[in-house]
Amino acid sequence: MKTFQNKVKIISNKKYQDNYWHLVFESSLIAKNALAGQFVNIKVNTGLEPLLRRPISIHQVEANKIKLFYQILGPGTQILSTRKSGEYLDLIGPLGNGFTYSKTSKTLNSKNILIAGGMGVAPLVFLAKKLQKPLVLIGARTKKQILCASEFKALGCKVQLATDDGSQGFKGKVTDLLKLILTQDKFSEIFSCGPTAMLKAVSAIAQNNKINAQLSLESHMACGIGVCLGCVVSTKSGYQRVCKDGPVFSAQELTW
Amino acid sequence: MVKIKPNLSVNLGRLELKNPVMVASGTFGYAEEFKDFMDLKKLGAIVTKTITLKPRHGNIPPRTCETPAGMLNSIGLENPGIDKFLQEKLPYLAKLSVPIIVSIAAEENLDEFLNLTNRLDKIDTVAAIELNISCPNLQKNKLVSQDAKDTFELVSMVRKVTQKCLITKLSPNVTSISEIAIAAQDGGSDALALINTLSGMSIDVNQRTPKLGAWVGGLSGAAIRPVAIKMVWESYNKIKIPIIGMGGIMDTQSALEFFIAGATAISVGTANFINPKVSLEIILGLKQYMVEHNIQNLDNLIGRLKACKE
Repeated sequence: MKTFQNKVKIISNKKYQDNYWHLVFESSLIAKNALAGQFVNIKVNTGLEPLLRRPISIHQVEANKIKLFYQILGPGTQILSTRKSGEYLDLIGPLGNGFTYSKTSKTLNSKNILIAGGMGVAPLVFLAKKLQKPLVLIGARTKKQILCASEFKALGCKVQLATDDGSQGFKGKVTDLLKLILTQDKFSEIFSCGPTAMLKAVSAIAQNNKINAQLSLESHMACGIGVCLGCVVSTKSGYQRVCKDGPVFSAQELTW
Repeated sequence: MVKIKPNLSVNLGRLELKNPVMVASGTFGYAEEFKDFMDLKKLGAIVTKTITLKPRHGNIPPRTCETPAGMLNSIGLENPGIDKFLQEKLPYLAKLSVPIIVSIAAEENLDEFLNLTNRLDKIDTVAAIELNISCPNLQKNKLVSQDAKDTFELVSMVRKVTQKCLITKLSPNVTSISEIAIAAQDGGSDALALINTLSGMSIDVNQRTPKLGAWVGGLSGAAIRPVAIKMVWESYNKIKIPIIGMGGIMDTQSALEFFIAGATAISVGTANFINPKVSLEIILGLKQYMVEHNIQNLDNLIGRLKACKE
């Protein structure tokens, strides 16, 4: 797998809702090579503030265009949101090991669950397209923070929602919804992305139900290319780099 | 005017480099990670991640955090150990035909430096050994490079067992850098690497926790450049052996500052994380500067600092 460092042209960079944004850029090299679950590492400006790149997962790929879905969380993503269409971004990608889906998951009789918390929906939309209409569970604090439900529905996925306050769908944690669903039906594999606490819960549920789960992790990264050893997570085979050995790990591998 | 063809070659004691742009330990992995981004053969030298005798897991995460124009790290010398390094990492490096400088450190006992040097001394593809006596992430009360006598004794001890080029990497966390630089020179070091990271700390005010799992770490990046420049300049005026300058080199301009302050070569560190091919851009930038300023040899730039005009 090859990685590229390129200046890519911004096609559009628009607010989706609240502080959530969509950025579309053009890169046939990245589009051709990207796998669901991989990310790109962006230098949001040319100066020293912020110093480091910002890793953002690939949300969708269409022809030679890549769409990113990001949330403004700090000065880096704030600056990113001011970048205009037509401008060029210094970007490295595709990076990391994505979800494994090519062999088994795509067959018609395999039944997969995608479970997302908050911004965790971002890489799962790309993944949903690669799978055979998986069941999608989306969790958030309130109805307002449920993201991308329509994108999943457009791909023909059945979508079930969970909110902490019950303002939409199941009242409670999305992982409790997962537990409930697993008592009603059998599934071959779970794919998940979201906050660490949620991923830990998904991991425990998957292992209790003896279902394989692939989890996409987040971590602060300095380099994103596997050299600084800054973003490590504890696994059965010692510390592994989220940027290079992940960001997707098998639930059984992790010892967090 | 005839355009000059600048000569970028320099000598670090017994080691000759085709150009003075190196990559700093811990910021370039074992080079293979960078092969998609650049022609590695063009580098002046490659310094490996620091190797210890036994494998090291490193410190608990989080291990990095961003700071104003810089970053903190508390990796803690995670590395596979010398055996695995020689089996799995060195063969790739050896094929590059770029001088390979192996950075080494001791964990418990300083004799580990001897043991490691003995192993590396026999290997032709190892061009030089860098003594990392300045890593701030080993939870030691005092580093070897924080004491002139300890530095002298350690370098002298290693000097006795190898004819290879020896580079000693010093810590900026000292009262007098030139005192330590002289001790390393007198111990028999061929060159000095200046500077390692500055000890630092950052706090998450909402959680009221340190941002690093190890609480404290080493500061690097553009933020530390003025400290590094001053230490290179101060040491250059006190010692005779060459200095490899590093600390916040982000581009050609910052590299030039180091040469003028007295560095014979430079190492790019944190900037590799942001722009993986920055070292090659600096080599080109240096050539261009030398042409523009009619400088044939780097010797005519190194340490050529003038007083401010009145």
